[in-house]
Amino acid sequence: MLRKIRIVLASIFFIAITLMLLDFTGTLHRYFAWMAKIQFLPAVMALNVGVIILLVLLTLVLGRVYCSVICPLGIYQDIVSHLSSKRKGKKMRFTPSPELKWLRYGVWVLFIACLIIGLQPIVALLAPYSAWGRIVQSLFAPLYQWGNNLFAAISARADSYAFYPKEVWLRSIGTLIVAAVTLIVITVLAFKNGRTYCNTICPVGTTLSFFSRFSLLRPVINTEKCRDCHACEKKCKASAINIKEHSVDYSRCVDCFNCIEDCKFGAMRYTFAYGKKKKGTVKAEAPAQVAKATQDKDGSDPGRRAFLIGGAIATTSLALKAQDKKVDGGFADILPKVKPQRETPITPFGSKSVKDFYTRCTACQLCVSACPNNVLRPSTDLSRFMQPEMSYEKGYCRPECVKCSEVCPAGAIRKITAQEKTAHHVGLAKYYKDLCVVTTDKVDCGNCARHCPTGAIIMVKINPDAKNSLSIPAVDESRCIGCGACENLCPARPLSAIRVDGRQDHIIS
Amino acid sequence: MENKDISRRDFLRKASEGAVALGGAALVGSCASPSSPDGASSTKSASVNEGMEYRTNNHNGDKVSLLGYGCMRWQMKKDKDGKDIVDQDSVNELVDRALEGGVNYFDTSPAYLQGQSEKAAGIALSRHPRKSYFLATKLSNFSNFSEEASLKMYRNSFVQMQTDYFDYYLLHALGGGGYPQFVRRYEDNGLMDFLLKEREAGRIRQLGFSFHGNQESFDQFIALHDKYHWDFVQIQMNYVDWRHADGIRNVNAEYLYEELDKREIPIVVMEPLQGGRLSRVPEGIAAMMKGRDPERSIASWAFRFVGSYPRILTALSGMTYMEHLRENLDTFTGFVPLSKDDLEFLEEMATLMQEYPTVNCNDCKYCMPCPYGIDIPGIFRHYNDLVNEGKVAQKGTEKYRKLRREYLLSYNRAIPTLRQADHCIGCRHCVPECPQSIDIPSELHRIDSYVESLRRDTK
Repeated sequence: MLRKIRIVLASIFFIAITLMLLDFTGTLHRYFAWMAKIQFLPAVMALNVGVIILLVLLTLVLGRVYCSVICPLGIYQDIVSHLSSKRKGKKMRFTPSPELKWLRYGVWVLFIACLIIGLQPIVALLAPYSAWGRIVQSLFAPLYQWGNNLFAAISARADSYAFYPKEVWLRSIGTLIVAAVTLIVITVLAFKNGRTYCNTICPVGTTLSFFSRFSLLRPVINTEKCRDCHACEKKCKASAINIKEHSVDYSRCVDCFNCIEDCKFGAMRYTFAYGKKKKGTVKAEAPAQVAKATQDKDGSDPGRRAFLIGGAIATTSLALKAQDKKVDGGFADILPKVKPQRETPITPFGSKSVKDFYTRCTACQLCVSACPNNVLRPSTDLSRFMQPEMSYEKGYCRPECVKCSEVCPAGAIRKITAQEKTAHHVGLAKYYKDLCVVTTDKVDCGNCARHCPTGAIIMVKINPDAKNSLSIPAVDESRCIGCGACENLCPARPLSAIRVDGRQDHIIS
Repeated sequence: MENKDISRRDFLRKASEGAVALGGAALVGSCASPSSPDGASSTKSASVNEGMEYRTNNHNGDKVSLLGYGCMRWQMKKDKDGKDIVDQDSVNELVDRALEGGVNYFDTSPAYLQGQSEKAAGIALSRHPRKSYFLATKLSNFSNFSEEASLKMYRNSFVQMQTDYFDYYLLHALGGGGYPQFVRRYEDNGLMDFLLKEREAGRIRQLGFSFHGNQESFDQFIALHDKYHWDFVQIQMNYVDWRHADGIRNVNAEYLYEELDKREIPIVVMEPLQGGRLSRVPEGIAAMMKGRDPERSIASWAFRFVGSYPRILTALSGMTYMEHLRENLDTFTGFVPLSKDDLEFLEEMATLMQEYPTVNCNDCKYCMPCPYGIDIPGIFRHYNDLVNEGKVAQKGTEKYRKLRREYLLSYNRAIPTLRQADHCIGCRHCVPECPQSIDIPSELHRIDSYVESLRRDTK
């Protein structure tokens, strides 16, 4: 019964969180955003004291049910492990193993150190919810979107508006690789040895283990009823049961209740047993390649990018040359925009400052998947690798949208309203006359000014005395909020003639 | 079923022949044209189909089908390099069916379909005897007026269309840029003298021009009739443009018609359907048309309108799909002109249509390519369709949220985001190209700010 309850609850959490990470319409976030907010690390980053106390109390009372029910990566491993045990002869594939203390606490100390000194990429690499977020966002979301696009095509044929297409694009090759490696490592570990990751690498698991050792309720072996059949031991995916010593390692037990269900003799019971701490001691091997394997590199190559931008600028003038006046001539080619080098990264409306944002963000990618305007993507910069940043090649931060601020579980993006958004200044637009079509093509434009939601762009005559002088934009610094409408809608390609640089500290006017 | 149909049509036809003074039978063929040269092709009669309505060219006796084929709107598909190419198979099929149905006038230009129309028409038509149809093409020297470039364009048309003579040859789109532009394009470079000689030599059987412009320039071109003798003129005519042209850069078709009729110059009609807009009229107007005659298509009203005027030699329709062709053959086979009442009714409809905020775009694509990549006709078409269907989301109305979603999604469906109106920078390159004299940038900006207001309104 307990096991069934666990499975039902875990399924709900797992499906809801995963779907939320996939959903680009913003529908599910309304109902399930709280599930992200009760994830342990985001709650810590958000200084969400209520949630932290709740989770600690939960663990003190029930043990590490968090790992079995709330953590999506934990549940994923359970699914893999379950499938693995369906293989012939693999039903009882576990053996008791001792706690790999040096690795477990070593990783934990490293993690805490990174957290304190602000090495967020390492934090994101190790944290379970972040890992699941990047796996879903990088690997599953494209499949989900392609599937959606298929439905969108069908519904377009049927003249229905039930589905609309979503552009699938590679946001960060580095994050994609890390996500793939994470998925492979986690899957292999779970397939072979169950909850190895949770009990050797996962810093959240280790943190909770400090409390679960003292939990009030826990699975206890009744030595009188136990016939030493080892069934529970061989089925314990946490390798926490040692029948020889009739002990359970409560620092590693994730309260899956499989042992209780599986014991034919009723010797295993989930019961009040405060203070009866016991541990297994038998030795067994445990893989340690996780940390090594997941330390992947950025994947972007600054030299290559510089080359691309250079080449792209060289071709701009070519592409925009007004073509021979011919009628009925189809479409002019449109060059894709390239990402400019920004001195300061642009972080979302609702973040306090660049530093604060990157300190709190756990890189769970929830905001990336929630962003309907293709603005947020994982950074490729090493110092904030996988943590999101904004850029405006494919869209801009539209004035009515505050989706990322609504979903962020870590408090890196605080909740704001669309009205408040126009008073947040996250960046500042700068004009580059040489690239502007007014200069290169000698045409009227003003598209930036026409679309600035705060009216921060003033069109001024190049030659104030001439009556028919063309006008170029000038940015009113006090009004510019950095939303990127100007940059995105600038006709200069591939590099816009008006571009936003982030502000270190976001100003609220 | 079919028999019944025909007998009904025959009945109507007979009934109308006597009654309607406007009918096609009234044409007088004064075969006084000095311009039919070259024994081989003088007073020729292209293939004729019993049911199709034919008009006789009073200059040379050509029996031309009242339905002409405009080769500007054929289907394009992507080749393996992603380039747009004409779907030749469908063109062949359409041309075969059209000839079979009695259509014998095919109008093209070196500029149509990204320059591929002449070749496609040539391929399809050369599979049939050259004498079974009339070929019309144009000197579309818009970008380069030099003698060399213009002659090259002229000669290339023969190659593309696999022929050694043109039945009808037009100076393309006079009126744009006014009279001075005509002088630059055709007189200064000696092309006019050259074309007159070509007419004498029989390589051009009939010489004329197509017109988009104001009244002043039209009068000037017509005054040249004495000098050049225009064998025919192609004008934009339909029941809306009859009396509701903007008057600034377009003239009411009624005026054009009367001026040409006076001089007994045969008229070829373009845009009888306003680029398909008159087949997709606002809901209320469609209801009235169907109420008046439930069995006739909306488009047929527009065709019957132009066909009801006797000086019309042929009305060009850019039939993209077989359905268009079939429907038009239906209209023009056993053609029934409109009664006086009907004409008044259409004038009433045209007046009503002025109330709708649609953009007067005929999808001719002369504005394209926009140097900044905007799909100008696509945006207008999407907007017009929704206006006509009454699906423009108005704030405060009951269906607002639903219509808002539909508008935005259908907009994204119809136009790739990078080609939408928010990318129009207002460079105004397109403005002089538009034969309908639409202020394209301001219309695009108007649509853009409407779309922007919808986007921002997320409850």
